[in-house]
Amino acid sequence: MKLSNVFSRKNRILLRELVITDFKLRYQGSVLGYAWSLLKPLFLFAIMYVVFGKLMKFGSVEHYAIYLLFGIVLWNFFLEATSQGMASIVARSDLLRKINFPKYIIVLSATISALINLALNLVIVAIFMIVNGVSLRLVFITTPIYMAEIYIFALGIAFLLSALNVRFRDISHIWEIVTQAAFYATPIIYPLSIIIAKSRLAAQLLMLNPIAQAIQDARYALVTKQTMTFADLFPHHQYLLVIPYSIVVLMLVVGGLYFKKHSKYFAENI
Amino acid sequence: MAENVVIVKNLHKFFKLPKEQANGLKQAMVNKLKGIRGYEKQHVLRGISFEIKKGDFFGIVGRNGSGKSTLLKLLAQIYSPNSGSVEVHGSLTPFIELGVGFNPELTGRENVFLNGSLLGFSHKDMERMYDDIVSFAELEHFMDQKLKNYSSGMQVRLAFSIAIRADTDILILDEVLAVGDEAFQKKCSSFFSQIKKDKSKTVILVTHSMGDVKRYCNKALLLEKGKIVAIGNPTEVADDYSKQFIDESVATTIKRKNRYGTGEVIYENMKHHITPELFTLDFDIVNKTDKRANGITMGFDFCVNGDIVVGNDTRFLQEYKKGLSLGPKKKKHITVEFPNNLGNQPFSLNTNITTDLGINVTDHMNPALEFNSTNIQYANAWKVLSFPDISVKDK
Repeated sequence: MKLSNVFSRKNRILLRELVITDFKLRYQGSVLGYAWSLLKPLFLFAIMYVVFGKLMKFGSVEHYAIYLLFGIVLWNFFLEATSQGMASIVARSDLLRKINFPKYIIVLSATISALINLALNLVIVAIFMIVNGVSLRLVFITTPIYMAEIYIFALGIAFLLSALNVRFRDISHIWEIVTQAAFYATPIIYPLSIIIAKSRLAAQLLMLNPIAQAIQDARYALVTKQTMTFADLFPHHQYLLVIPYSIVVLMLVVGGLYFKKHSKYFAENI
Repeated sequence: MAENVVIVKNLHKFFKLPKEQANGLKQAMVNKLKGIRGYEKQHVLRGISFEIKKGDFFGIVGRNGSGKSTLLKLLAQIYSPNSGSVEVHGSLTPFIELGVGFNPELTGRENVFLNGSLLGFSHKDMERMYDDIVSFAELEHFMDQKLKNYSSGMQVRLAFSIAIRADTDILILDEVLAVGDEAFQKKCSSFFSQIKKDKSKTVILVTHSMGDVKRYCNKALLLEKGKIVAIGNPTEVADDYSKQFIDESVATTIKRKNRYGTGEVIYENMKHHITPELFTLDFDIVNKTDKRANGITMGFDFCVNGDIVVGNDTRFLQEYKKGLSLGPKKKKHITVEFPNNLGNQPFSLNTNITTDLGINVTDHMNPALEFNSTNIQYANAWKVLSFPDISVKDK
C-alpha cells in the first residue's frame, strides 16, 4: 500500500459508498430516524445540566450550559469514532472473507460517520449559542483545529483497537471501561478550577491528555474566554503543548502501523 | 503467445488453528504464561507454483481439504501468503462461498452498487452494468426490496450475476454449480461456453464436477494435500482426480468383518473398481476341496445401514442358472459388472458363494466391502429399487 494510493479514485468511491451505507443503516427501522443523532446528545446534555449545573452547581463558568453541551458533543464524537471504528472491522467480517479491498477504508468510513454526526450536533450547539446570546470572538476560527486533533487521535485509536479486536474480542469491553474512566478524568462536566483547587499538578497532568487539551481549547475558542486552557496551566512552559500533539501523532502512527501489519491477516483471523 | 496474468511462485500457506477457544485475552495470557502455543499449525499449501495466461479457463480440482479454497483466496488476495508470491495483473472479481457479502438491510439495488464499489467500480460504471446484471439474475421486480426478503436462491443469483457481468479481467469462481435452478444453470453454462471463447477474459474455476472441467477448461490443476500433483490438460487432470477415489476404494477392499460358510469354495483377491457408469467386482473363486464343486452360484447384495437394498445372484442369469463347476483345487477369475446406480451414500456389499445351487453356503461375507461413498461424487441417486443387471465374464 503506497501512501499515494490511500486516496486513489477507487478508494474514494468505496469510502463514499461505505459512509453512505453506514448512514442509511444507522437508524434503520426507527421512527425518528436521523433525529436520534440530535436527540441523544440533547437528552444527555439535559440530564448532565440538571445534575451538574443545577444540583451540584458546577456552573461557575459563563455560559455553562453551552460549555457543557459543547464538551459533551466533542466527547461523544471521540467516543463514537473510537468505538465504532473499533467494531468496524469485525462487523464487516463477511465482506473481508470474500473480497479483497483496502481494509483501512472500513475504519475510515466508521470514523467519518462519527464526523457527520458531529456536524449535525454542532448545528444544535450553534442554535443554543444563538439562543443564549454567546458572542463569537475571532478566535473561533481555530475551533476546527481542535476538532481535527480529536479526530486524528480517535482515528489512531480506532486503527489500533480495530486490529486488536480481531484477535481479542475483549477489547470492546475494555474500551468501554477505559472511556468511562476517561470521561471523568477529562474536564467535561466539571470546570478545571475544581481540580486546581485540590492539586495544580493533577490538573496539569490531566491537561496533557490530548482530549482534555483539545476540548478545553475548543471551548475557549468557541464558548467562553473563562475556559481554563493548557496555556493557563503551563503559563511559563507553553512549549509543553507539544506533548498532547505528539501523543496524537504518535497514536496515529502506532495505530496505523499496527493496523497495516495485521490487516493482511484479518480475513483468516476474524 | 498470451501473457501471464496470474503468476504463483512457491506459495506456502499455513493457518494457526486455535486448540481451544483462544479468542479471548485471558486465554492468550494463560497460554503465554504456561508457555504453550494456543494453536496448531496447519500447513495448507506447500510450495505451489504455476502460471495462468490471459484467456485461460483454468480449473482447480482436488478433494475436500486439499487446499483449493485457500489457494483461491490467495489468488483473490483475500489471504496473504506466508512465503512465496502471488502476482495478479488486471482487475479481479472473486465469487467465493456463494456470495459477495450482501447487507440484508439494504435493497437489492443498493447492494449491487455497494458491491460494485468493493470491486472498484464507480457509480457510473455500475449504472452502465446494472440492467445487464439484474436481467441476468432475473430479479427485475425485486430490486427495491431489502435483501433480507430475498430467498437464498435469489441472493446467490444476484451475487453470481454481479460477479460474471462485472467488467473484469479475471474472474474467480468457487463451487458455482449449485447456483440457481435448472434454467439458471443452463444460462450459466451458455455463459461459460461463451466466455471460454473470449480471449480477453480469464476464468479460474474451482469445482468438483469433472464434466465441467472437461467441458470448459483449457487447463487444469489437481491439488492434493497442498501440492500440485497434476497440471495441464484438463481431461487428464480430471481423470487423475477420479483415480484418487478408485485408489482409495482398493485400499478399503476386503474389510471383512463377518465371514462364515463351509470354506469349500471361497472368494479370493477381491477388488473393485468404480466409474460413473460401472461398479466392477473382480475376484477369483477357489475350490479348496479335493472334489469337483458343482452348482456354484454367487450372490451380491448392496446394503445401506446394514439392510439389503438391491441384490442379484448369478443363478438368475440364464447362462449360469445351472451354476458353475470347478475342479478340485481349481481357481477361476471372474469379473462382475453392475451398472453404477449406487448413489451418493455409504453402502456395503455382502457376497456369498453356494454350491449345489444354493444348498451349501461355502463363503458368506457380511459385508465383503464397505464404501464411504461420500467420496464418490457420482450424483445418480438410487434410481429403481430393482435387481441390478449383472454380467459375468469368466476369463
